Amino acid sequence: MSAAAAPTGLFDCRDAYVRTVEQLAADDDRIVAVVNDSVGSSKLGKFRDRFPERLVNVGIAEQNMVGVGAGLANGGKIPFVSGASCFLSARALEQIKADCAYSHANVKLCGISSGVAYGELGATHHSIEDVAWLRAIDRLTVIVPADPWQTAEAIKAAAAHDGPVYIRISRMPVPELARTDATFRIGQAERLRAGTDIAIVANGTLVHHAVSAAQRLEADGISAQVINMATVSPIDTAMLAQAAATGAIVTAEEGLAHGGLGGAVAEYCATHSPVPMRMLGFPGFLPTGSTQWLMDRFGLNADGIFAAAHDLLKVKAR
Amino acid sequence: MNLRASRIKSRANWMRRRLLAMIVEAGQGHPGGDLSATDIIAALYFDILRFDSAEPAAPGRDRFVMSKGHCTGALYTALAGAGFFPEADLDTYLKPESRLNGHPNRTYLPGVETNTGPLGHGLPVAVGIAVAGQIDRADYRVFVLTGDGELQEGSMWEAAMFAGHRGLGQLTVIVDRNRLQQGAATEDTNALEPLADKWRAFGWDVAEVDGHDPAALLTAFDTACRPRSKPLCIIANTQKGHGVSFMENQAGWHHGVPNAEQYAQAIAELEAEMVA
Repeated sequence: MSAAAAPTGLFDCRDAYVRTVEQLAADDDRIVAVVNDSVGSSKLGKFRDRFPERLVNVGIAEQNMVGVGAGLANGGKIPFVSGASCFLSARALEQIKADCAYSHANVKLCGISSGVAYGELGATHHSIEDVAWLRAIDRLTVIVPADPWQTAEAIKAAAAHDGPVYIRISRMPVPELARTDATFRIGQAERLRAGTDIAIVANGTLVHHAVSAAQRLEADGISAQVINMATVSPIDTAMLAQAAATGAIVTAEEGLAHGGLGGAVAEYCATHSPVPMRMLGFPGFLPTGSTQWLMDRFGLNADGIFAAAHDLLKVKAR
Repeated sequence: MNLRASRIKSRANWMRRRLLAMIVEAGQGHPGGDLSATDIIAALYFDILRFDSAEPAAPGRDRFVMSKGHCTGALYTALAGAGFFPEADLDTYLKPESRLNGHPNRTYLPGVETNTGPLGHGLPVAVGIAVAGQIDRADYRVFVLTGDGELQEGSMWEAAMFAGHRGLGQLTVIVDRNRLQQGAATEDTNALEPLADKWRAFGWDVAEVDGHDPAALLTAFDTACRPRSKPLCIIANTQKGHGVSFMENQAGWHHGVPNAEQYAQAIAELEAEMVA
């Protein structure tokens, strides 16, 4: 099976997010949106116009936003709590832990403009730690969709899921991935390409780069498997076992190189099926630069994945 | 004392004796805050709140949120007394695998609305419940009990501001104003006064009552249950350790376990109160 990024255009996944939440809200009056003065950045203006009573804007107060979300769930609502992922995940971390996860509140947390979407605004506004923080919280589902279709499917799946979910919504334009099996299930990874020499496990905005890198590796005679690990918690261990069977794994994510997807894969491999790995991501607080510049500077693109795969295959060959 | 108030007095006395026994048995607890909150919680569970303990998740139930989640002695005795779980379970307090954790857990204990413990969490959740009720034009009421020291948490004021903005008339916060936090007086630590003015400035109605006078509490709660256009803050003036002479107003009894002699004295005092 081979899948290529459709060359038809690039999309901001926020559009798929708001479109889907609006559709869900039209059919189910339990759906409400909760925002922290982020109607514009969350693109929820149309939702507010259609469902004015169901848009709860708490102002600039993230702790209260998540607590109110948990309370709305107690009152029978299905709240989509939406804010810049840097503030949502960091400022409200204890509310996410205690009010949502530990309390098993049916809250859907939507991290907008995640990763390095805010580019030049710097490390205060980058959300590269969120996956590492949130996957450490028990009983919280963490999903990092790769494209508009998967964003929409993740939102629908989250709405149908009983319990708290964090959905990391990207802003950096991404193509719609070509796929033969269009089903999305929480906790089930998607193999976009089969391969036997090495596995590339990516999520979010790095998935289409992983597909491109695998195509270039094929030209070099290397059979690279590509796995879109959209759900980081709970992670798809069956798919990881198959990835590890290739004997080498490169992970790639728009987040910290440690603690997030790469960390989750490494934990599995170290305890079940040790293989050499390369973990691509950001090293920590980043220098000033645009989103694109930062991605390229730290090798978070097809070139970087391609080079890491070649480098790793030398280790595997020893 | 009228019939309602005397019933609360009797239930609160039972709660005090029962929670002290639990703390002695467990070898740990928060007796000071438990005893300051007991009469408030007794008035709510044994008179004011509308619920069916056999159907703890019924959508139309009145909600009580224990924002001062460490005072589980008072909460658990009330929940058991109200029939949410067997009274015998109180003997498992803090023991391995008990449903009666040091802080309440809704995922395994019926009657708990949200898991609290870290301070500053209960009011935002209660505000969310009240917003849901406002959207649905539901008639359930939301009560939340906060410690006074807890009002030093910023999240409480985020929630207070929003409740005022939304005009959440079905929401009532009760401040257990015992004036002591874990280590010292609130006013010596990070002063709360003028506390009533603060709530009013955030868009709330405010009432002050003696938090150990069942009749006064019931009057305030009856007011809370009438249609209102603003959220209501009831500042309940209380004593930490109330009902046990050697614990009253002693910050040292925030945590603590009475020894055998102290326990006997406490029970004797509480039994004498009911005879009186």
